[in-house]
Amino acid sequence: MTTTGPLETDNSATDSPASDSPATGKRRDFLTLLTLAAGGAGVAAFSWPFLDSLRPGDSGAARPPVDVDVSKLPPGQQITVVWHGSPVFITHRTPQALERLQQASLAARLRDPSSAALQQPPYAANWHRSIVPAYGVVVGICTHLGCVPTYSPAPDPTTPVANWPGGYACPCHGSKFDLAGRVFIGAPAPYNLPVPPYAMPTPTTIRIGANPPGTDFDFSSIQQI
Amino acid sequence: MTDAGSRDRPDEQEKAGLVPWLDARLPVVSAFRREYVDYRTPRNLNGLWNFGAILTVVLLVMLATGIFLAVNYTPTAAGAFASIEAIDRQLPSGWLLRSIHVTGASMFLAALYIHLFRGLYYGSYKAPREVLWLTGLVLLAMVMLTAFAGYVLPWGQMSYWGADVAGKAVDAIPGVGPWLEHFLQGGDAPGDVSLHRFFILHMVLAFAVLGVVGIHVAALHVTGSNNPLGIEPRGAGDTLPFHPYYTSKDALGLILFALLFAVVVFFLPDVVFEAENFRPANPLHTPADIEPEWYFLPFYGILQSVPSKFGGLLASVGAILVLFLVPWLDRSPIRSARFRPLYRACMGVLVVCFVLLGFVGRHHAQGGWMIAGRIAVVYYFAHFLVLLPLSARTERGIVLPDGIAGAGRRGA
Repeated sequence: MTTTGPLETDNSATDSPASDSPATGKRRDFLTLLTLAAGGAGVAAFSWPFLDSLRPGDSGAARPPVDVDVSKLPPGQQITVVWHGSPVFITHRTPQALERLQQASLAARLRDPSSAALQQPPYAANWHRSIVPAYGVVVGICTHLGCVPTYSPAPDPTTPVANWPGGYACPCHGSKFDLAGRVFIGAPAPYNLPVPPYAMPTPTTIRIGANPPGTDFDFSSIQQI
Repeated sequence: MTDAGSRDRPDEQEKAGLVPWLDARLPVVSAFRREYVDYRTPRNLNGLWNFGAILTVVLLVMLATGIFLAVNYTPTAAGAFASIEAIDRQLPSGWLLRSIHVTGASMFLAALYIHLFRGLYYGSYKAPREVLWLTGLVLLAMVMLTAFAGYVLPWGQMSYWGADVAGKAVDAIPGVGPWLEHFLQGGDAPGDVSLHRFFILHMVLAFAVLGVVGIHVAALHVTGSNNPLGIEPRGAGDTLPFHPYYTSKDALGLILFALLFAVVVFFLPDVVFEAENFRPANPLHTPADIEPEWYFLPFYGILQSVPSKFGGLLASVGAILVLFLVPWLDRSPIRSARFRPLYRACMGVLVVCFVLLGFVGRHHAQGGWMIAGRIAVVYYFAHFLVLLPLSARTERGIVLPDGIAGAGRRGA
């Protein structure tokens, strides 16, 4: 309909758009810009499923709660289970160990004895940092640089530190925690060991990853793992 | 430095900037301009000439989706089916990537058949485009092999039995058949080894196809495109620069094709997904109704129409091999079927026979389908071996248009 059709502009040497009048050139520039923008938007939209497929999968389906039967766990012993790819220590604490956890002299040696920092669900923000005193549940990753602390439950006057009440000692940089996962003063680790959300459907079953009924705690909201 | 006659200094002043600097050392910019902007193209190309560009884009889409699917695929007999299900159900957007890839296979073969029949109809295989035609046929064979290997990968019932039946077809070769079948599938039956081989074959062939496409396009740019009139452009007035005339025409074709593609992906997945293949491979139970994907059905029809196991195999492979001879079987100097009345009618019958053979393959060549299939097979080979060489004799006194632009004005 205009002078840009192939049959009309039969000047075979100058088929290029540059030879058009300025008004046509502006309109052509606009159309080119519009075409490029639409094409760019199309390519961007098309690349979405490709990038999306690189995203880690649905965490809800990939991270079901883990049920652990602790009825066969003798007092003083610990088992390690894997949850979210991390080691979780489940400890059956002896009455003597629980007694030591409550001593005022121990609290004076701890950085955060009353669990003020958000390193545990509200239902574990107590002196034993668990739902029931007998069973301790902590994520076994040192809050300093991520090593797995060693379980040293026996009290000892000299090792690993003087007047050791029993707890965890990190092999990497010497951080120390008591049997409730509370960090000692003078160690590099800044926070207590995290307590994962867990419930006890029966007195000897620990369900890691599920909150007790009526509570709501998001593990990703803690200070530091 | 004061030498006025030296060409160095003015050139340096003229070509400032990074792009001219690069272009002087590796002429990517000027080569692109020469081959995709200023490239002279016959001015009368119709919509059938869109399919080359469409095939290129679909190939790139297949490679992209294929890479992202391969990242999430497990090529073992025990894990393949579950990994495909995980791609469909758990991988974010995995269902979409797989659906695009599966739909893309069908769309690619469909576009390839149109591209092939376009070349046959308009005589695009004739001198000087024989190499262009041959590389295209090599691509056809490679794409078919790639598609077959890809179909085995999900390791569902159709995948497994497809691989099994293909193995049995190899078995029909006299003498070496049984040994070759055992050798190719790497065991007594399709299993871990064959699946792993099919996976590697699928990936390697896919990228090899990209390489041969490069050769195909290079050959095209040596001779230039054929056109619906089948006459060489006589001058600049018969051609147009590729950009903007054919970039925009190709873009329109691509958009229409992409719309159709999207409709299949989002609304008609049943067209390209075989329900039986959502059952895991079971070597102890053959599905009730086993047939290949639609794009193999014409060759499957030929296989079944010939009343001999090895003869059927020869005929279906020969149906592709005979295409390689077409540039030398056709003696006519006229390219386009527009000016060859007999050949034009024969081409119509050929397309009908090809589609008919697809239906024959689907109905297992029983009863009336058997008779129709045999007639179609005979016609298919007679078309290339008898009608094509002889049709040139009927073409007497045909006057071809004098230039494309002139023909356009007269409305031919």
